[in-house]
Amino acid sequence: MNEEINSHDSLWDEYNQSEYMKDSRPGLDEELIRFISAEKKEPAWMLEKRLASFGVFQEMSLPTWGPSLESLDLDKITYYARASDRQAESWDDVPEDIKRTFDKLGIPKAEQEVLAGVGAQYESTVIYHSLKAEYKRKGVIFEDLDVAVQKYPELVEPYFMKLMPASLHKFAALHGAVWSGGTFLYIPKGVKLKEPLQAYFRMNAKGMGQFEHTLIIVEEGAQAHYIEGCSAPRYGVDSLHAGGVEIYVKEGARFRYSSVESWSKDAYNLNTKRALVEKKAHMEWVGGNFGSNVTMLYPCSILVGEGATADHLGVAFANEGQIQDTGAKVIHVAKNTGSNIIMKSISKNGGKALYRGLVEVKPGATNAAISVKCDALLLDDISSSDTVPVMKIHDASAAIAHEASAGKINAEDLFYLRSRGLKEEEAAAMIVNGFIEPITKELPLEYSVEMNRMVELEMEGSVG
Amino acid sequence: MKILEIKNLKVAAGEKVILHNINFNINEGESVVIMGPNGSGKSTLANVLMGHPDYQVLEGEIIFKGKNITDAKPEERAQAGLFLSFQEPREIAGLELFPFLFDSYKSLRTAKGEKEESVFAFKDKLDEELNRLGIKDDWSSRQLNQDFSGGEKKKSELLQLALAQPDLAIFDEIDSGLDVDALEVAGQALKRFKEAKKSLLAVTHYQRVLKYIKPDLVIVMSQGKIVEQGGAELAARLEQEGFSQFK
Repeated sequence: MNEEINSHDSLWDEYNQSEYMKDSRPGLDEELIRFISAEKKEPAWMLEKRLASFGVFQEMSLPTWGPSLESLDLDKITYYARASDRQAESWDDVPEDIKRTFDKLGIPKAEQEVLAGVGAQYESTVIYHSLKAEYKRKGVIFEDLDVAVQKYPELVEPYFMKLMPASLHKFAALHGAVWSGGTFLYIPKGVKLKEPLQAYFRMNAKGMGQFEHTLIIVEEGAQAHYIEGCSAPRYGVDSLHAGGVEIYVKEGARFRYSSVESWSKDAYNLNTKRALVEKKAHMEWVGGNFGSNVTMLYPCSILVGEGATADHLGVAFANEGQIQDTGAKVIHVAKNTGSNIIMKSISKNGGKALYRGLVEVKPGATNAAISVKCDALLLDDISSSDTVPVMKIHDASAAIAHEASAGKINAEDLFYLRSRGLKEEEAAAMIVNGFIEPITKELPLEYSVEMNRMVELEMEGSVG
Repeated sequence: MKILEIKNLKVAAGEKVILHNINFNINEGESVVIMGPNGSGKSTLANVLMGHPDYQVLEGEIIFKGKNITDAKPEERAQAGLFLSFQEPREIAGLELFPFLFDSYKSLRTAKGEKEESVFAFKDKLDEELNRLGIKDDWSSRQLNQDFSGGEKKKSELLQLALAQPDLAIFDEIDSGLDVDALEVAGQALKRFKEAKKSLLAVTHYQRVLKYIKPDLVIVMSQGKIVEQGGAELAARLEQEGFSQFK
């Protein structure tokens, strides 16, 4: 090991010196929550929020709809652990299929190690900090949320867990109790950032976690694009991911949140993402979901200001043994609000993809314009897709367009591409990538390229 | 030297036999034209030669460059140097032309054992062909045949032909749906192909394309069978008499 990495390791150790951490244990109780909060030296208000969330968690039952969560044993999850417990000990312990995927994606070895949780992330930390200097000049705050709680409590406290209160559902409550790590992003009034802000490979002891929280505040007239995730599979021993994202888009602001998620195929990915969109503000969600055993994710936009609009674009790929239960939720509260939902799913090898959507127009939210379009591509006869589009329209002036399609790869298209010298599998991957192009074109180039490669990998072995 | 030998070919689509006892050869550098009324099986034959999965060869064989390709996959036939210009080229939504053309180009070159070419060298070549076909530069950022006009689709086929550089190209109704100017561009492309000593098989029911590719052999098909063959003079006769005699 070289010196740089050694010195970085010692930085880590400052976080992880506790005796308790040496034998982190599964299960959740008040003692653990108090420990997490003390470990992070949190202010009293945060501990109170955690304990209140825990109370709600204990009272609530699992959702009665959606995919079965029966085999998820919440008593066996380790809710807070030092990095070395959560991650593979060494490169040799990382499963072969994950290594193979890294190679296919062309990810350099150093990054592979970080992604697999066995390497230090010295380089990416440097990149992150140099970018930060530029943001800082403009008053942008882009910080680890744990740090932001200490440094900017006046900005964090009024917003944290307000948009996704613990009472929302059991996993929101769980998240509120044990959240750890994540991102705080604050864009001051009128600041317009052209380049997307990227959460680099910030998967250290705190960021790697299953319960990271992203809190974003976009002030009046500001504009930004934040992108997180990485399409390479993230490998963690823990089998539950319950992250939280809260985004506040103030008057006249525009914000785009993009994420590409690919959790290991035994994981439950139960995320909560919500945005509050004010007057004439615009929110865009762009998401890609790969991996996981069960994914439940329905980004939500609440259009509270007159003229507020939201776009929801998503791709889900359900492969063997996977359930992608994803969709969108939009609540039209104010007048003249608009929503546009485009979801694309691909099912293969017995995978199940389901679009679950809720669009609600509150009484008095006149002239709402709603467009929902879901397309499903089934790659064989044993896979399935379904749509559950719920509309609760309480104002007759709403204009609604809804389209859903499900189909297979066209055999003539496949023949055409094969006649140009492309193997059946390559040709099929091209068609699938074409199918999701309306979504991938919205991502920065390197992410869309990576998502296309991800599709090619998922397509392997799709033809006999 | 024969580039293509079709021996006693009998083909079915599902239960139904649609091609019977097809026999003919194409020699290197030769041009063969298949004519016939609609539904005569000439387009089916073009697709069978390229390996369309909907058709089953019941009897006979297809020998291309001395190798039996009767059971070969479409991509294997393409890699061996066969090309089919589609009557109705498919529109592939979301698939950008440039990466598609480049991938296809690489795949065909690799199969031929030629060394890899950089994306820059490919771009130069592509620009040259676009220019030759009178196609605007913005094409390569369009999606494959998506929202192309009939004429643009045929030009897309000719562009792919030029990049593929096959030994034998099959043109399925290359001249249908073209206006006079587009027909001239297509005709010149065919002519260039022929002048490069390549072999071609043109399926058509019009005479107008024949002025660019003086055929060595004209075959007339009707009801899935070859009913007549001859030299260029046969095409001229059909011009006068039409296909009604073969129905």
